[in-house]
Amino acid sequence: MKQLWDLAGVFAYLSLLTIGGGMAAFPEMKELTVDTYHWVTFPELLHFYSLGQLAPGPNMMMVASIGVTVAHIPGALVALVAFFLPTGLLTFFVGRLWTHLATWRWRPAIQTGLGSVAVGLVLAGAIIMGKGAITQVFFGVIALAVFLLLWRTKINPAYPIVASGLIGMALHYFNIA
Amino acid sequence: MSVAETSIPRPSLGRLFWVFLVMGATSIGGGVVAYLRTGLVVRQRWLDDVTFVELLSISQTLPGLNATNMSILVGDRLRGGMGALVATLGMCLPGASLMIAAGFLYGAGGDGPWSKAFLHGIAAGAVGLILVVLVQLGAKTLKTFADYVFVAATAVAVAFFKVPVPYALIAAGIIAIWWHRPRDKDVP
Repeated sequence: MKQLWDLAGVFAYLSLLTIGGGMAAFPEMKELTVDTYHWVTFPELLHFYSLGQLAPGPNMMMVASIGVTVAHIPGALVALVAFFLPTGLLTFFVGRLWTHLATWRWRPAIQTGLGSVAVGLVLAGAIIMGKGAITQVFFGVIALAVFLLLWRTKINPAYPIVASGLIGMALHYFNIA
Repeated sequence: MSVAETSIPRPSLGRLFWVFLVMGATSIGGGVVAYLRTGLVVRQRWLDDVTFVELLSISQTLPGLNATNMSILVGDRLRGGMGALVATLGMCLPGASLMIAAGFLYGAGGDGPWSKAFLHGIAAGAVGLILVVLVQLGAKTLKTFADYVFVAATAVAVAFFKVPVPYALIAAGIIAIWWHRPRDKDVP
């Protein structure tokens, strides 16, 4: 039971940090789920996060996988509700207010100011994730190739990511990684 | 609400749930925003592009994921509170079910060497995906040199000096908002 409360507390807190996308919450997610509560190891967190990028819909459904690891179906449901309810309510009420704020002088300042901080948080998440995922030069090449491909073409990201997984298996087969 | 309140369509809750469920099940590979625009603006014509962009800018400013924030805002606009609820449930249900299944499968032997090799590969690919998101987000958001300074300061503080995210968010947020504060010359 205590674990469910911990899950609820952790994911409700993490949800408030997802400004600019789920990646912004990644540094704290690693800190709490790996280092503080030991629910998953860092490689497991990376695996769930990357699998989550292949699942349809909002790209942080991996919180359900962490919930399953901790406390099966109840854990998954608690993690999901905790992760989506607080920000959901905030969006619901602020969304109704927002149009009334259309002429508020501080609105553009908040939008631009928070925007750059959000990009900074996503960059921090990318650095922390990169440190865990790019353990060898080959994995750096995979990341760079996916980046260039997605940056320069309009290909669905699911294809290069599945291809990365297959290359990972090939590297394993040839004993390279 | 902004323009032409009377022209907002009122699809049934069941229809709303179904349309969001389909988008939630088919938007594979991230980029949910593109699927949302195709579904809501082009196919269903529930929103025009101006409203879509307005709701998207709210979604991006507030905490929460774009996909769920958009579901809430669009659902609320079309069918009020219940609309927001069914739209969000529809959007989340397919991905959540899959990731619950993934959690169980992983626990039941996902740490074999082959699945580990596959997962390590997609983790490297996901880093590439995040970098693209970063570049796109940056191109849209960062206008002046100061903005890049805020980005670098936040990232370095969090990733290298282990500053807890809320402190970094509040400190950098206040400075950045103050930097862009409304000046008198901006007022016509």
